[in-house]
Amino acid sequence: MALEIPVRVAAEDAPLLVVRGLTKAYGPRIGCADVSFDLYPGEVLGVVGESGSGKSTLLSCLAGHLAPDAGEVIFETREGPRNTLTMSEPARRRLARTDWAYVHQTPRDGLRMGVSAGGNVGERLMAVGARHYGDIRDKAIDWLGRVEIAADRIDDRPAAFSGGMQQRLQIARNLVTGPRLVFMDEPTGGLDVSVQARLLDLLRGLVREMGLSAIIVTHDLAVVRLLADRLMVMKSGRVVEHGLTDQVLDDPQHGYTQLLVSSVLQV
Amino acid sequence: MSDGVYNFAYLDEQTKRMIRRAILKGVAIPGYQVPFASREMPMPYGWGTGGVQVTAACLVPEDVLKVIDQGADDTTNAVSIRKFFQRTANVAVTEATVEASVIQTRHRIPETPLVEGQILVYQVPIPEPLRFLEPRETETRKMHELEEYGLMHVKLYEDIARHGQIATAYDYPVKVEGRYVMDPSPIPKFDNPKLSGSAALQLFGAGREQRIYAVPPHTQVVSLDFDDHPFVASKADHDCDLCGAAVSYLDEVIIDDAGGRMFVCSDTDFCGGRRTAGHVGRLGGVAE
Repeated sequence: MALEIPVRVAAEDAPLLVVRGLTKAYGPRIGCADVSFDLYPGEVLGVVGESGSGKSTLLSCLAGHLAPDAGEVIFETREGPRNTLTMSEPARRRLARTDWAYVHQTPRDGLRMGVSAGGNVGERLMAVGARHYGDIRDKAIDWLGRVEIAADRIDDRPAAFSGGMQQRLQIARNLVTGPRLVFMDEPTGGLDVSVQARLLDLLRGLVREMGLSAIIVTHDLAVVRLLADRLMVMKSGRVVEHGLTDQVLDDPQHGYTQLLVSSVLQV
Repeated sequence: MSDGVYNFAYLDEQTKRMIRRAILKGVAIPGYQVPFASREMPMPYGWGTGGVQVTAACLVPEDVLKVIDQGADDTTNAVSIRKFFQRTANVAVTEATVEASVIQTRHRIPETPLVEGQILVYQVPIPEPLRFLEPRETETRKMHELEEYGLMHVKLYEDIARHGQIATAYDYPVKVEGRYVMDPSPIPKFDNPKLSGSAALQLFGAGREQRIYAVPPHTQVVSLDFDDHPFVASKADHDCDLCGAAVSYLDEVIIDDAGGRMFVCSDTDFCGGRRTAGHVGRLGGVAE
């Protein structure tokens, strides 16, 4: 029955995030220029490019950490589409701890190193009003299990964890409130390849299982090949190529994309 | 006793005006930390420079001043501050809670309920309750502004995870009138319930941190907790060994090197008053 379905303002096929003409300059230098794209629910968008191509600037602007100079970012909130750049700061921060998640490249940036693993996972729950210790703890244990951290490590501090575990903990901490859009900045950077592979496996499982939309910034083409549905290639702050991941990687059109794809070492 | 060298209550009139303005703002916004231009006082930071400035700004010549340190009237901090105001303001002083119009306190609230017209001034070392969880002052101010207090519960969560209960025994965070989370200064959590609905005006001064905040009379102050780990105003599970009081906050005193100990009221005025009235505790007769 239609009554049992949660009320959704937008149609199923409405984009979750609409970005138009997003521009950010650092003085005379371009951070990113005139970036536009749509992101649909359940879709994973990869953003690749070399260092300094504006990937991280773009992600920071989208997540509200930086104020762009021009453009608009329309997010399909639970109350309908809103421009996140013009909404009030309390509303944006509420969004950032409910519907959004941000996975930092370095787990130290995204975790509270002085707080136990359980506290790290529980923080977002408490931030949205959870006030029952037992429930918070159960949920933390559940999430640690989902990211393959043993339940008996719940009271250890992240400093006692390996790099891969810290990154998994950061993911658990971000996903515990069931966000709809996840921003990831080089989620596998700084991890060795076998740990990377496990993390990617885990991420792919979680994204599919929870129906997450994600924007993944990386310079690792293998990561986007595994995770991303669509791919955006950036160079010097501009998007030079945009399409389905396999299409872009197997049949690159732009000269820079061709260079990027051919630069990958074949083992 | 006043030697005429100092302006009344040490501070100059303009400074007192500035502090009063901060106090008024603090009273208008209960629990909000008002910045003020803290002055260098003739005592080291940590000795109550914030409380002294607030007291100086509140004092009038007719006031009767009481100063306590950990509940006691006769400890170094209390004695020196009391002398300071006797010398610079020439106000009457007392040790009796009921006679005082202004009470400056370090780390305790008197056991005797305060009444309308009294002012209780706290010395505050660190006014920011979120400090140890979020070191950035810009960020903590934003969190106060946007009422983002989830982090405060993370601290309590950590307590329970590590100790099985909320082990924070002093400096226990409170929420004032459902809005600002406030650091009640390092009073034992036993005193937290007395913050709420008090008839007296409560002022908090942090000298080094340059902040003043206030809890006006009859203001609701709630100690933060979890649904399944509620706040408990704990005290040592004994009666006072001198006056036999069962409901006052106790100090534990080691009396020999064979494990002997006694528990006495930390509020000396309260304890003395009860003994005068004839109450005697376990060891109360021995001292005679």
